[in-house]
Amino acid sequence: MSTNEEELKALMTAGLDGDAAAYRALLERLSRHLRSYYRGRLTRVGRGSFEAEDLLQEALLAIHTRRHTYDRAELFTPWIHAIARYKLIDYLRRINSSRGDVPIEDVGELTSRADHDEVESSIDLKRLMARLPVKMQWAIQYVKLDGLSVAEAARRSGMTESAVKVSIHRGLKALSAAIRPEQKS
Amino acid sequence: MKTGDLINMLTTNIEAVDHRQVSRTLAAAVAGGAVIALGAALIMLGGRSNIRSDEALAFLIVKLTFAVAVTLLASVYLTRLVRPGVHWRGWMALVGVPFAGIVGLAAISLANAPALHWQAMFMGDEWLECLLSIPIIAIIPFALVIWAVRQAAPTNLRRAGALAGVVAGGLSAAGYALHCTADSLPFVAVWYGGTIMLCTLGGAVLGPRLLRW
Repeated sequence: MSTNEEELKALMTAGLDGDAAAYRALLERLSRHLRSYYRGRLTRVGRGSFEAEDLLQEALLAIHTRRHTYDRAELFTPWIHAIARYKLIDYLRRINSSRGDVPIEDVGELTSRADHDEVESSIDLKRLMARLPVKMQWAIQYVKLDGLSVAEAARRSGMTESAVKVSIHRGLKALSAAIRPEQKS
Repeated sequence: MKTGDLINMLTTNIEAVDHRQVSRTLAAAVAGGAVIALGAALIMLGGRSNIRSDEALAFLIVKLTFAVAVTLLASVYLTRLVRPGVHWRGWMALVGVPFAGIVGLAAISLANAPALHWQAMFMGDEWLECLLSIPIIAIIPFALVIWAVRQAAPTNLRRAGALAGVVAGGLSAAGYALHCTADSLPFVAVWYGGTIMLCTLGGAVLGPRLLRW
């Protein structure tokens, strides 16, 4: 088993238990792996590093909102690889590119390469947020962007604490759907 | 947006995650679907009246066993399939076991009956009712199961949709069995097995449209 698998799995498990520092380290490492993976794959269909960054951010949101689907009894690398690949195929279908462009790769290939050269994506978070119901906007703004506690956000918005949590959860899922542009037919 | 900003947002104030959520949501959807399918069959069609005879009871048990086995096997496989990167190809074949079983029993029953009776054994009096009822009763359970699958992360949408169809068809067949008086094994093999296959096909067609994320 590769050290990457062990390290990433440890970070993921700690993150699932609520360890924010471990979770941040995980997402930072994954973003470098995913950047390299998507850049390599998108070059083949004539897309560049900006599209790759868009896709990477879409994948990060998907990873976050679907992290409960990771089963700790299983390896982590196949989980992340399946999501990365699913998002790639979904993207290629959107741009009407044939799935034949996706080579069959080894599961470990994703986590064996990294790319630190970040560019700014075309995704405008403020514009996407504006499409959400206002309670979801408040909850995400207060807790996830301003860093207020759930209790404080509940006090300011007049919602209950559980309503704030539900709004964050649903809001991030809605963002994850909105970040994915509609299929060009 | 910078990826670093997105990571900041996602990792701020995170909560612990319950890893049993996936199986619990699916189990709840299957249980809810079971209640709806049994209720719909009993209310719309009514329970079978001649249940007191031993033969009728035996056939009811055969039909229920088949439908429940199909539902359970497909549910367990679906629970694995909705987690990215988790597969066990053997399950696909295992879901086929109840179908093979009922076809085997039907063949034995046909071999022991004169060919003259075969048509009656296949068609019964209610094949059309069965053909229509099972897919119709399956609609709401199917919607419930699809909703549960959408809460997880299926990466093979066609297969996940097909399995949702198997689960819904199995639940619906269990409900219909409470009403159905066609007591012949070839009938169960063709019309129960066939309508569940129809639900599977419907699920496979709808899956990629309903399950994208």
